[in-house]
Amino acid sequence: MSDAVALPEPRRRGVLARLARRPLVLAGLAVIGLTVLAAILAPWLTPYAPDQQHFDGLTLQGAPLPPGGGPDGAFPLGTDLLGRDLLTRILYGARTSLVIGILANGMALLVGTLVGVTAGYFRGIVGALLMRFTDLMMAFPALLLAICLAAILRPSLWIVALVIALVNWVQVARVLYTETTSLAVRDFIQAERAIGAGHGRILLRHILPHLLPTIIVYGTLGISTTVLLEATLSFLGIGVQPPDPSWGNIIFESQTYFQAAPWLVFFPGLAILALALAFNLVGDGLRDVLDPTQRERD
Amino acid sequence: MALHLARRLLQSVLILLGVTLVTFFLLYVLPADPVRQIAGRSATAETVESIRRQLGLDQPFWVQYGRYLWGLLHLDLGRSYLQRAEVAELIAARLPATLLLMAAGIACEVAIGLAMGIWAALRRGTAVDTGLMLASFAGVSAPQFVVGLMLLYVFGVWLRWLPIGGYGTAAHLILPALTLGLLGAGWYARMMRSSMVEVLRQDFVRTARAKGLTRARVILRHALPNAILPVIAMIGIDIGIFMGGIVVVESVFGWPGIGQLAWQAIQRVDIPIIMGVTLVSAVGIVLGNLLADIVAPLIDPRIRLR
Repeated sequence: MSDAVALPEPRRRGVLARLARRPLVLAGLAVIGLTVLAAILAPWLTPYAPDQQHFDGLTLQGAPLPPGGGPDGAFPLGTDLLGRDLLTRILYGARTSLVIGILANGMALLVGTLVGVTAGYFRGIVGALLMRFTDLMMAFPALLLAICLAAILRPSLWIVALVIALVNWVQVARVLYTETTSLAVRDFIQAERAIGAGHGRILLRHILPHLLPTIIVYGTLGISTTVLLEATLSFLGIGVQPPDPSWGNIIFESQTYFQAAPWLVFFPGLAILALALAFNLVGDGLRDVLDPTQRERD
Repeated sequence: MALHLARRLLQSVLILLGVTLVTFFLLYVLPADPVRQIAGRSATAETVESIRRQLGLDQPFWVQYGRYLWGLLHLDLGRSYLQRAEVAELIAARLPATLLLMAAGIACEVAIGLAMGIWAALRRGTAVDTGLMLASFAGVSAPQFVVGLMLLYVFGVWLRWLPIGGYGTAAHLILPALTLGLLGAGWYARMMRSSMVEVLRQDFVRTARAKGLTRARVILRHALPNAILPVIAMIGIDIGIFMGGIVVVESVFGWPGIGQLAWQAIQRVDIPIIMGVTLVSAVGIVLGNLLADIVAPLIDPRIRLR
């Protein structure tokens, strides 16, 4: 009878409510939602296939059509150098960005968490070695490393994701290392150890839940970095390979022609900016809401 | 202080050593054969083997790496496989252009970022603040190459005010520096804003105001010098961020710096050049961090060293 004290969940509900009060976060969530919808519904949103080359998709001189071009404005954002519908390629490109964003960032989070928590919890020689290695990775020109790896390994979706994960786990590892070391010496962890809890139990039941807000924040912010990195690699021609559309490789393919057809850079560029910005806004909002030390700011 | 400095220097050298080891290892295990690139497609197996032997690429990993380190110890970065030149000379020829771009880019970033940050802090909580912070987010979320290409289009193709890429005059420098400045300014703006908000809350600012000083004097003479300290340390770290991005900016604007050198070398698996540029970039990053560490306590006596 006495155990019927139902604990409310003020904190959890508070988080969502406080998030919903931030217009920038809501805008970010809207952009992410739209991108996900575009990626899933691409075949129904556009009558064309992404690699379909249209007879009427080029001018008589063989130049791409500007936005609104084609018979009855059949190509709302214009066409590319091969007479393909740009809107269609951007819609399908959302798939690439999201899949790589989630895949690469998931891997980076996993590795970063493993390294950071292991080094922070067990310390010792292994911890020291792991952290020296992350120090070393911090001194690497990350983009240069990514470019080098992606160029030498014949790029595919998986390789691109792997390369991005390889350079992006470092920051997660460092932040989680710092948090874990300060958690590990706290009284409740010591108490848990005193009553004989094993490392596995302490890590899973006590350390990880406390790290979760940080992991969520860095997971969200990380997708933004990933989207940008994928676009950059694809722009250099060493990311996702044509004819598979990616926002970066649309620009790569039309780069030499951009003076005559700036829309081929503008629209995919806008898509990259919008998605990266959206994840940054949501991640920043989450940080403000989830991190109690930041709360007094507003 | 001296001991601290010595320790940090030693640490930096070890980190650089680690960077060379990891890069060398990656290039060793990756399935890219520089010899094929040098010999060309029609080369016979014998020619390929003899080139491999000449370059010492038939040796085990540790022998190759040892040779590289030995050269490094004598300030020898090796010879390019494909260009008949020393790597050190190739880099030395290109480095001034990159450093110039870096200096101009960072100056742009700091100027734009500080202005945005101070303005936002003074208008805290208003629409101006929200707008500026949104702009700073947009800056750090924007892909470098898109902003670069769009600036080229607007100012080079459309308005015809500035040259479309290239190198030589001050006019060539404006667009690449502006690209870097617009994007990097976001970090400075956010940092400056929070630092300024913090300082404006302090008692001494209130005192200054109570003394009847003008608003401009309070902000410029009292608040700003205190708020700017954490931002200065960030310039050091920024060098690292910049070093990562040089390949993209330089390729968009046809800027003849070490980024372009690296990009060509990567495409042709010219390992000595890749090693050289990576090392130079890593030196830049390590120096930047070191600078941030050393300069911060010098200008801010509150940061005491253990």
